[in-house]
Amino acid sequence: MNVCKAFGSKVVLSGLTLDVKRGETLVLMGPSGTGKSVTLRHVIGLLRQDSGDVWVEGHDMSLIKPLELFELRKRMGYLFQEGALINWMSVADNVALPLMENSSLSRSEMEDRVREKLKLVHLDGVWDEMPGEISGGMKKRVGLARALITEPELILYDEPNAGLDPEISQSINELIREVADTLKITSMVITHMVSCVRTVADRVVLLEGGKVIVDAPPQEFLNHEHPRLRRFLGKDPD
Amino acid sequence: MALFRGFIEFARGLGFQVGLFLQVIARFPHIPKRRAFISSQLYGAGNKVLHVVLLVSFVMGMVLSLQTGLVLADYGQQDKVGIVVAVTMAREMGPFTTAIILAATVGSALAAELGTMAVSEELSALEVISVDKVSFLVMPRVLAMILMAPVLTIFADTMGIVGGGFVAQSQLGVGSQLYYDSALESLQGLGGLLAVPKDVYGGLMKSMVFGAVISIISCAEGLRARGGALGVGNATRTAVRDSIIAIIIVNYFITWFLYQK
Repeated sequence: MNVCKAFGSKVVLSGLTLDVKRGETLVLMGPSGTGKSVTLRHVIGLLRQDSGDVWVEGHDMSLIKPLELFELRKRMGYLFQEGALINWMSVADNVALPLMENSSLSRSEMEDRVREKLKLVHLDGVWDEMPGEISGGMKKRVGLARALITEPELILYDEPNAGLDPEISQSINELIREVADTLKITSMVITHMVSCVRTVADRVVLLEGGKVIVDAPPQEFLNHEHPRLRRFLGKDPD
Repeated sequence: MALFRGFIEFARGLGFQVGLFLQVIARFPHIPKRRAFISSQLYGAGNKVLHVVLLVSFVMGMVLSLQTGLVLADYGQQDKVGIVVAVTMAREMGPFTTAIILAATVGSALAAELGTMAVSEELSALEVISVDKVSFLVMPRVLAMILMAPVLTIFADTMGIVGGGFVAQSQLGVGSQLYYDSALESLQGLGGLLAVPKDVYGGLMKSMVFGAVISIISCAEGLRARGGALGVGNATRTAVRDSIIAIIIVNYFITWFLYQK
């Protein structure tokens, strides 16, 4: 609530107030530099606000202790824009990493779980390849498999379809929706694509100048008459 | 004002390095879990630079033997050249040469690897999946350097003495038997902290400290890298520069501690 964040003299969030209900998929839209990624980074505790309150699952993120944050993050997943795979580990090891570090599962149980998640993101044939050997879209899907491997309660997607071809992009959208419906996961999705809004959103917000200027269900959002939103979406969305 | 800002930045960097070192020590109980990665780091730190250490220390021994041998010859003392080369290699040149090579090769690679991970959000990814970065990335690298630096130093000492012997025989007219007998005898002196030759353990102790200093500085600079390829370049340059400066300063204090009368 009322979150402010600046980097030096550049103000990114200026009194942002936003809530996400359990099980809801919230889509964040807005021009570049309006604080969408910064918002997600506050939710996962990678950034601390200058003022205001950030509450996640009952934790005040400005007061949370390192060990509590460590435990809270085990219940969350985060898909980075470029996947952020560890470049010296194979695809399978990247996906298994959260389990290798923080679970007591046996090697075979981990392999089963990795196989299941890679299949979910349509990458069943990919296992020993290194991140440098696969395409950008595949990296993103491996990143998504890694985000899903711990079966989190909240997932944050930072532009899951950026740079992907329309077919893969739509399959990612459907996957996000499927994951949200079947696992009842709370999701926050940053996107610039209306097709993503149509497929995944329960609610959409438009950020501008570090504040929410439109907050509505998807259909209402897409038909909204706010001039900034109309200008942002343009005549031919996507 | 710029000087003050520079001092603040230096103090901040030093504080980060000291904090990182303490965190690494606190992660030593994780060694069994990280043994595979530690082994690969040991291999990387050792195998990839061994040939450089052998070559450079061999030539260093030759130079040392020639320089000191010519001066000793003026006083008719060239048969003492084995003592000078052996003691200098064991006390100073072996650990120092190895440390400079490690800083320029392994240290720069550590800073570049971690720096690239920092600017490509891989470190943030580790943080959000609750992976302890210090245990996962830093501790194995630091431990590998602490263990590998003295091993490489033993090779450097040996090759330096051999290189010195080659010059002593070919250019100073000192027989190899005399050279090696005097060299080995000079390294027998006990004393100080351990019941083994002081010049040998002193040099190896130095190299362990150098290994720790290089790896901590390099990892810290890599972790602090910001701003794409330029940031990685800056981190790498700073890591090598600061490692060499730190090695020279630390070297003085260890020498003072071990050899003060």
